Amino acid sequence: PDTTMAASASSKLSKAVKQQYMDLPQGDQVQAMYIWIDGTGEGLRCKTRTLDSEPKTIEDLPEWNFDGSSTYQSEGSNSDMYLIPQAMFRDPFRKDPNKLVLCEVLKYNHKPAETNLRQMCKKIMGMVQNQHPWFGMEQEYTLLGTDGHPFGWPSNGFPGPQGPYYCGVGADKAYGRDVVEAHYRACLYAGVKICGTNAEVMPAQWEFQVGPCEGIEMGDHLWIARFLLHRVCEDFGIVASFDPKPIPGNWNGAGCHTNFSTKEMREEGGLKYIEESIERLAKRHQYHIRAYDPKGGLDNARRLTGHHETSNINEFSAGVANRGASIRIPRSVGQEKKGYFEDRRPSANCDPYAVTEALVRTCLLSEEGEEPVKY
Amino acid sequence: MATSTSSKLCKAVKQQYMDLPQGDKVQAMYIWIDGTGEGLRCKTRTLDSEPKTIEDLPEWNFDGSSTYQSEGSNSDMYLIPQAMFRDPFRKDPNKLVLCEVLKYNHKPAETNLRQMCKKIMDMVLNQHPWFGMEQEYTVLGTDGHPFGWPSNGFPGPQGPYYCGVGADKAYGRDVVEAHYRACLYAGVKICGTNAEVMPAQWEFQIGPCEGIEMGDHLWMARFLLHRVCEDFGVVASFDPKPIPGNWNGAGCHTNFSTKEMREDGGLKYIEESIERLAKRHQYHIRAYDPKGGLDNARRLTGHHETSNINEFSAGVANRGASIRIPRSVGQEKKGYFEDRRPSANCDPYAVTEALVRTCLLNEEGEELVKYK
Repeated sequence: PDTTMAASASSKLSKAVKQQYMDLPQGDQVQAMYIWIDGTGEGLRCKTRTLDSEPKTIEDLPEWNFDGSSTYQSEGSNSDMYLIPQAMFRDPFRKDPNKLVLCEVLKYNHKPAETNLRQMCKKIMGMVQNQHPWFGMEQEYTLLGTDGHPFGWPSNGFPGPQGPYYCGVGADKAYGRDVVEAHYRACLYAGVKICGTNAEVMPAQWEFQVGPCEGIEMGDHLWIARFLLHRVCEDFGIVASFDPKPIPGNWNGAGCHTNFSTKEMREEGGLKYIEESIERLAKRHQYHIRAYDPKGGLDNARRLTGHHETSNINEFSAGVANRGASIRIPRSVGQEKKGYFEDRRPSANCDPYAVTEALVRTCLLSEEGEEPVKY
Repeated sequence: MATSTSSKLCKAVKQQYMDLPQGDKVQAMYIWIDGTGEGLRCKTRTLDSEPKTIEDLPEWNFDGSSTYQSEGSNSDMYLIPQAMFRDPFRKDPNKLVLCEVLKYNHKPAETNLRQMCKKIMDMVLNQHPWFGMEQEYTVLGTDGHPFGWPSNGFPGPQGPYYCGVGADKAYGRDVVEAHYRACLYAGVKICGTNAEVMPAQWEFQIGPCEGIEMGDHLWMARFLLHRVCEDFGVVASFDPKPIPGNWNGAGCHTNFSTKEMREDGGLKYIEESIERLAKRHQYHIRAYDPKGGLDNARRLTGHHETSNINEFSAGVANRGASIRIPRSVGQEKKGYFEDRRPSANCDPYAVTEALVRTCLLNEEGEELVKYK
């Protein structure tokens, strides 16, 4: 059948053979896979080192370096870049005691690399710790075969129109559920705060949600969840795409709706603080649009059309239970007069550090205007 | 499909046999380098009990006329055990035994470069020379085409593959994962892996190893790789330029230090070594692949993060140089340096010996110095 051709040659290597090797005892030695964001601001890279014993905390993990000229991050003549461990997770592929380590990238002069948006995000989060900002991000993505066509779609054409696929069940509704199931378990094992999954409106499109995470944790957990998804898809021989509009026309795009609240918003009467935040966001729409995809808004321009449950990229709007608005206040929040709100603008390929930082700057640090404030 | 028929034999059937207990008897697989200086050979014998040290392993012999090593009329060659490892394929208590090859007259075979290397290493024991070698290789299908590449063509250009993740970026990761675990089990000092710049190209690093251990561990790691790939039905190639044109070659960057270099102020000794290497470039080029430089000539072009084969250069954090000093070493003024010239199919005994001769024994000129 067509679909077997869409899976990679690698995925057809014998997993029974591999399992025999993965069952070999490894003594006290531990494999630590260091993971970082490359020069595109979207791509993830990884390499592994052997440690002599199991690291218990981040401090047990040594700093490392890599060749930035091979990741769109530096020139060959001066290419060393530093990897600074920031968050450690259990490795669901190699299993305990092995680890996955999310790192920040520093340039040769120890300044953050251009796509290291974590450093500034952490600084901003550090300024509002006492407000306990919580985030939940809804990561949408599309499964593609190695031919680049959505997985399960007829090779020269299209499935039936959208309608039956959202949260669907059945081989004619749900394309690639194995990936979703495997990824969910991998996240739970690793310690990533995955809180749910569902099939999405376009066939071969899915969503998982990560959260609630406080502060810098949101970006860390979402990036690792993305790494786990790429790695799970690699094992199955297909590809996960975070492109915000993979198929033009009457097919949904992929976003990363971001839910946000502070301690005040979650307590009695919190709706007042939610409304204040939305007023501030209304005055800073373009600033956020630039922060919500890795191309300053160009990627999202293909997605935020005002159709397919999106708002128009040029207009800011907010409303209770309104999925065509930039900001949606869930109906339950409108009724209980406390809770959180949902910013529906971020693109599926956004950098969660940039998104969460922008929300804190505008809503909690009361920034205005087109430029980030330097503290 | 690009995988071998062998790999499609039923592994469940095999497992039933491999689960059979073997009593006190032990299988020892003897491994050696053949007449090409690149190929590995192996055969197995039964021992009555588990060998605990190298001395427990008897000398053996083989037919050198079948391995490009001798004439049929006088073909017995000797296998002398040198290093023992646990066997990750047959598992404990079975062993893998790396051997030196001697000719009928007990002189070292032409491609037995270990004997001289050990002699040289013994002369500098008190300097504690440490090595780390970064072995690059390409995974090929049985059709000889890189694994995972479209059968009639090429993948997208290099850029996204180095350290990549995803089915469109990483080709053949199962091999890497299996090999890593096999090395850890066997006791080979594997210290890391990464996907390389060309798709289907990978790298593993062995070290730090002192002296003769570097060559032993790297050769054993290569054997494990070939054996793992055989199980998957694909092929590992150490050819230094498997695909001509705008595709990276495969090297074996060699990191080197002595105790002096690793201590405070060590940068001075590193710079002295580099000056000596600068004067002996051709000697090293001849030592850095099994064809006296001919293989490396296809790889060391000055492009694709290589230096030009005809020129010697050195620099901090410079991947286009013959010798690279890592940035952290430049800053801490001590550590090690990286010789980026060796080819992926180099003999690590030849490479490590050359580094010691030039840097620590202060040799100069084109000829081999003979010590008593």
